[in-house]
Amino acid sequence: MGSALLCITMRNPVSSALWLVVTLFALACLFVLLDAQFIAVLQVLVYAGAIMVLFLFVIMLLNIGRATRSDIKGAWGLGVGVLLAGLMMVQLLALRFGAPPQQLTLPPGAMARAAAEQGMVAAVARPLFSTYLVPFEITSILLLAALVGAVVLAKRKL
Amino acid sequence: MPALPLSMIWVVPALPLLGFLVNGTLALARPGAKRAVSIVGVGTLVLAFAAAALAVVEFGAQHATAPLVFRYWDWIPAGELQVPFALQLDQLSAVMILIVTGVGALIHVFSVGYMHDDPGYARYFAYLNLFVFFMLILVLGASFPVMFVGWEGVGLCSYLLIGFWFNEKINADAGKKAFIVNRIGDFGFLVAMFLIFWRVGSLDFAAVFAKAPAAFAPAGALITAITLFLFLGCTGKSAQIPLYTWLPDAMQGPTPVSALIHAATMVTAGVYLVARCGVLFALSPIGSATVAGVGALTALFAATIALKQWDIKRVLAYSTVSQLGYMFVGVGTGAYAAGIFHLATHAFFKALLFLGSGSVIHAMHRAYHATHSHEDAQDMRNMGGLARYLPWTFSLMWIATLAIAGIPPFAGFFSKDEILGAAFAEATVRPAWYVFWALGLAAALLTAFYMTRLMLYTFHGPNRTGEREREHLHEAPWSMTGPLVVLGVLTVAGGALNVPPLFGGVASLERWLEPVTGVASRLSPLVEVPHATEWALVVGAVLVAMLGIAGALRLLRPETLVPARLAPPESGFGRILWKKWYVDELYDAVFVRPIMWLSREVLWKIVDVRIVDGLLVDGTAVVTRALGWIGSRLQTGEVGVYVVGFVVGVLAVLVAALR
Amino acid sequence: MLLAPALFVSAVLFTFGVAGVLLRRNAIVIFMCVEIMLNAVNLTFVALAQQLGVAGQIIVFFVMAVAAAEAAVGLAILLAIFRHRQTLNLQNINLLKG
Repeated sequence: MGSALLCITMRNPVSSALWLVVTLFALACLFVLLDAQFIAVLQVLVYAGAIMVLFLFVIMLLNIGRATRSDIKGAWGLGVGVLLAGLMMVQLLALRFGAPPQQLTLPPGAMARAAAEQGMVAAVARPLFSTYLVPFEITSILLLAALVGAVVLAKRKL
Repeated sequence: MPALPLSMIWVVPALPLLGFLVNGTLALARPGAKRAVSIVGVGTLVLAFAAAALAVVEFGAQHATAPLVFRYWDWIPAGELQVPFALQLDQLSAVMILIVTGVGALIHVFSVGYMHDDPGYARYFAYLNLFVFFMLILVLGASFPVMFVGWEGVGLCSYLLIGFWFNEKINADAGKKAFIVNRIGDFGFLVAMFLIFWRVGSLDFAAVFAKAPAAFAPAGALITAITLFLFLGCTGKSAQIPLYTWLPDAMQGPTPVSALIHAATMVTAGVYLVARCGVLFALSPIGSATVAGVGALTALFAATIALKQWDIKRVLAYSTVSQLGYMFVGVGTGAYAAGIFHLATHAFFKALLFLGSGSVIHAMHRAYHATHSHEDAQDMRNMGGLARYLPWTFSLMWIATLAIAGIPPFAGFFSKDEILGAAFAEATVRPAWYVFWALGLAAALLTAFYMTRLMLYTFHGPNRTGEREREHLHEAPWSMTGPLVVLGVLTVAGGALNVPPLFGGVASLERWLEPVTGVASRLSPLVEVPHATEWALVVGAVLVAMLGIAGALRLLRPETLVPARLAPPESGFGRILWKKWYVDELYDAVFVRPIMWLSREVLWKIVDVRIVDGLLVDGTAVVTRALGWIGSRLQTGEVGVYVVGFVVGVLAVLVAALR
Repeated sequence: MLLAPALFVSAVLFTFGVAGVLLRRNAIVIFMCVEIMLNAVNLTFVALAQQLGVAGQIIVFFVMAVAAAEAAVGLAILLAIFRHRQTLNLQNINLLKG
């Protein structure tokens, strides 16, 4: 949480990016604690590894590594932004605190059992390739589209 | 003669309608086809009269006691209100269609000669035919709405024909005045119709009159209200107090129009209405008293005005108003046959008087036209001594004058006398009628006086028209004089229609109308007076008439008159009479000006300009522009703003979903 | 076992992401805040997947894939804009103004 806060408040975009990486790592650890080891690894590999690197590439490419004077918006924008964010926080916490307590302390359940049976990776992979096969394929097409799109958009001359 | 089924009675009004369509088309396409127009216009009327006569003969042979109603199609099927388009042939409508088509045909013939040089010839006959059509619908209608169609239609045609020469403002204004004043009366008619339907649940004459004695409490408030509202319609259509002011102005129209519409037929529609609804009026003593009272008062009032009018047609107009008053006294007293009898005789002699005056005016116009003079052809002060130039017109008009004054054995004597007799008889039971009778008698005196005055100034004494014009004065062609002769015969012989037992007659008309008027008479029976009283009344009436004529002959000096352009203005009491008791000025100040002020200041400036234009029309535009402005401000093109909107939306959804 | 605190963290992270999107002007930083939001959602899914089955983790898988694609394309767009306007300040990029 703290790193996320720092991420959004740093002036220098590079600093923001680096704090984001820290946030991602923290989240990976949380994932492990939540019985989602595969996802944790995935997070580090894909998110922190590939996506953040891409971010940093672009930052370097555009040479905006220097901190600009006023990256955070002026008084009006600040007011509105803080107001809305605060409201959202209130809402979400109301959701969490308003729910009856027993829903929040469930006994170790399905995930642990599945992991015990066949190992974590298999537990995730098996449904992925059977029940959720179609979304899987579509996602691959999506990645192809993104690939082509990014190349086309970033070229200087078409 | 083959007997056509009486359900073909629709042919009678259809013929003039056909005439209207043909003549109307000719008026638009070929206004110069005068011969065709004449043949169609007059022909349809003559045929209509023949058809009507056949129908009446056939009807009489059947000796029917109930009206024959012929339903042609369902006009208004609206739940509880079922109004078929139906025509009704009974004794009363039979009398009326004969009068309308007969006198109408004669006037059409007269118009051929009178309107011969007018460029609007075809249009004139088209309107005239349309008028006859509507009048026939009025008298043949079997229910209040059908009659109302005719009622409104004749009002429309009256407007069209009064303002026939609409290029002059005064004529157009007269037409407007007639229509608007009529409309006020029509409002009364409508309210009465609503009330009748509300209580009885039907608007057919047969149903209403059958249920009326049971549905309305005798002398109750509702039936009195209905009769008073109906009578309001009558005052409008038949020019009684307070809605008579349009009739004298209506003289702006062509003279045959005045003869047909404003003497013989349309203005009698009110009398017909009261006679038709006799049952309703018999159930309301106040209603019938009002009818008779207003009639009597109008009779005297109009007669006083006629004493001092110089325009020959104005005199006749006020005379019509006065005679209509007599008719209302008749039907208001419950003497329906007497009222209708006077309607018929009045149609004869008043049409004769109007057509005769038309003949005079025609001659005067010719004379002035030949010398390019701009004098008023209708002012009696410009006439005088016309007897030697227009002998036929002269004699025939004297016959009519004697008739209207009530000299025996001419038609008017019998009819007028019967009305006065009935009034006096009723007075023995209801003393208010003594006043009505006295008013009627006084009006008779004045009638004789002013009619003699008219004849004196027009035909007797020295001629004031002018040296050069005199040689152009001559009698009208036979197309105009012929109808005059026919009407003259009817005037002389018309009394035979209803000679009362007093003189040894059999009261044919009264017996003929008995099936129609009988119901009402049983509800409110006529009073009989001993024969001696009747003789006294008759002699008294004749003496009064002769007094009027003699008085005029003695007191008036046609030699002292000067032509209109040199005449000094009236003064004193004569001025009040000449100015028609200032009634028009009164109406103008009390009604017309305030309404015009209201229309201009309030309804126009405030409601129309500010509220409708400003608030509703411009306001809508302003609101739309404002909304558009707001919309455009949202489209800043900045992502940041859009994100804010996005977040707000998400919040809203969260809030809504979590409630 | 860690459901309650996990959800709490997720909520706070998401809110931080929103605040960042609203408050920053630099386009790239805004993008990063979007990534924060996505991660917060991932956390929620994983937390609930403990009890409700593996479907939660599968969704996380897909979310990550989509985030990768989106990041690639988005950054390419930012590159193109930067070449035209020489700025990444979002308040100056208002070609769509209407």
